Amino acid sequence: MFPELNNLLNTTPEGAEQGKLTLLCDAKTDGSFLVHHFLSFYLKANCKVCFVALVQSFSHYNMVGQKLGVSLTTARERGQLVVLEGLKSAVDIFFRPQEEPHPLQFLREANAGDLQPLYAFVRDALEPVDCGEAAWRCPVLLVDDLSVLLSLGVGPVAVLDFVHYCRATVCREWKGNVVALVHDSGDAEDEESDVLLNGLSHQSHLILRAEGLATGFCKDVHGQLRILWRRPLQPTTPRDRSLTYQYKIQDKSVSFFAKGMSPAVL
Amino acid sequence: MAAAGTCGTGTRSTGSMVAAASTNNVTSFQRRGPRASGADSGCSRLVSIAGTRPSVRNGQLLVSTGLPALDQLLGGGLAVGTVLLIEEDKYNIYSPLLFKYFLAEGIVSGHALLVASAKEDPADILQKLPAPLIDDSYKKECDEDVCSHKMEPDIKMKIAWRYQLLPKMEQAGPVSSSRFGHYYDISKRIPQELIETSKWHGFFLPEKISSAFNVESCSLTPGYMKLLQFIQNIIYKEGFDGSNPQKKQKNILRIGIQNLGSPLWGDDICCTENCDTSHSLTKFLYILRGLLRTSLSACIITMPTHLIQNKAVIARVTNLSDTVVGLESFIGSEKETNPLYKDYHGLIHIRQIPRLNNLIYDISDVKDLAFKLKKKLFTIEGWRKCLSFPLEIS
Repeated sequence: MFPELNNLLNTTPEGAEQGKLTLLCDAKTDGSFLVHHFLSFYLKANCKVCFVALVQSFSHYNMVGQKLGVSLTTARERGQLVVLEGLKSAVDIFFRPQEEPHPLQFLREANAGDLQPLYAFVRDALEPVDCGEAAWRCPVLLVDDLSVLLSLGVGPVAVLDFVHYCRATVCREWKGNVVALVHDSGDAEDEESDVLLNGLSHQSHLILRAEGLATGFCKDVHGQLRILWRRPLQPTTPRDRSLTYQYKIQDKSVSFFAKGMSPAVL
Repeated sequence: MAAAGTCGTGTRSTGSMVAAASTNNVTSFQRRGPRASGADSGCSRLVSIAGTRPSVRNGQLLVSTGLPALDQLLGGGLAVGTVLLIEEDKYNIYSPLLFKYFLAEGIVSGHALLVASAKEDPADILQKLPAPLIDDSYKKECDEDVCSHKMEPDIKMKIAWRYQLLPKMEQAGPVSSSRFGHYYDISKRIPQELIETSKWHGFFLPEKISSAFNVESCSLTPGYMKLLQFIQNIIYKEGFDGSNPQKKQKNILRIGIQNLGSPLWGDDICCTENCDTSHSLTKFLYILRGLLRTSLSACIITMPTHLIQNKAVIARVTNLSDTVVGLESFIGSEKETNPLYKDYHGLIHIRQIPRLNNLIYDISDVKDLAFKLKKKLFTIEGWRKCLSFPLEIS
């Protein structure tokens, strides 16, 4: 996790909020550093994490996690972390059809139906078990990322249904958190992506949006992060709070600074 | 250990060694070092594959794209287990060159090749590869070799005397070289002997699709389906995914797919904006990524993205590829007559570079890049008109 980002979000691993949906989104840049942050944050917060890793291999997340101070392999062995390795499972189910329902069952179907098997996987992974020993703090579902499901033929409404089911179970019932990354296609006129992004933005409590700089590539400032705190579904709400920072990604951390205050400029 | 020492990031190697040793399957992102499969943890077995080198930044295994200038722009080379997507130029004149460089580099390095095309027979593609170029610095070494060879009367060498000039390397095979990145002479064809000693597999769509196949309801066009099965078959049979622990000598599989997405592959994504098979290409790329990440292979794909009507698909394709390089040729555009560009044939855009096992990535400072096809070489130069000389990349 990045300590500076924790300060900006006003959270610590010990005092993490519960029952929240956090939306991570990136536009014209790579927002995967946010996924690494939340993964290591919740592992350090002693939460049980279900990580649906659809875009990269497990060893990629593991290596970055080690730089941030968590070992994913140890967490997995301890039972704290359940990982669905999307790439490996996709190859398995694509070339060797399985009998029992597989979380990525939709890959074999001509018209991708719904994500029911994937939701069943998440539910089984995060179900609180009463075994008497010290339980984990709260269940957390982390998805990297939801936009790739659109590329694989799942409709945006099916993805929204999946998130809704997960929110109802993980956030409401089990008082856990859900964090998901979605790509904003910007001016690429991707209607499905827009439907998904708008739908999720309305439901989220916290939106972190990483944007590339409007002026193009810069060596010292890699992008801009917009943080938006929301209170969804409440009629009388104080105005949503929003902050904007610029950031630079380094080898083991990310440094944040106010707009125009990059150390390279000052 | 020696492998980690060479890449210069020794301080972080021990941590990832633990991670690497505890997994049983081969992922292409493991550091070179003792594997869980029966390696003696006492001795450091230097497992090095010809034609590869670890990245300076994170020890990631890299292969050369065949163009040393492009290797530099991509941070040292193409990472094993990833896809290099070349967005074709408008008339498909320059992208086949990059495709051929990649394959030629594979032959010279002794890698296995898998060439897939819907337009041209892979055997013909291999015939037209450029010949490797011997530069001056090598000639000095080779002169000594030639002298020593004169001792033994070798009749074969008298006829194929050019082979004496090739550097003598310790690897198996007469022409596999342990050097990383070679230069090629496009005006000459690759010697027939090099092709014959190389291990290659061809996938020519018209041949494969004519045979009867059982229709799988999978929303992938039959051409892509067959290609994926072919690739998976080769990876599994030849042991590139580490499934065959008996194989001592590990090798890289270089996959080249030409004109992916064009109508010849049975995909109408380049013909209409809303097509039935709109998810076929992206699904193919996803499954391909899954295959590559779990094997010692690297893939180059050329794609006519300028023909794809739906911009959303281009964005998705970019997200599902690792490294994306776009070629823009000046032919037929107003830039052809623009005096600023008179020395060049087109622009190269590095659209995406992957962050692998890292938060950061290597990125070149030079952003405006132009290419030029000289009689024998394809060169890339950083283009700046404010300087009095062009920045030569390599």
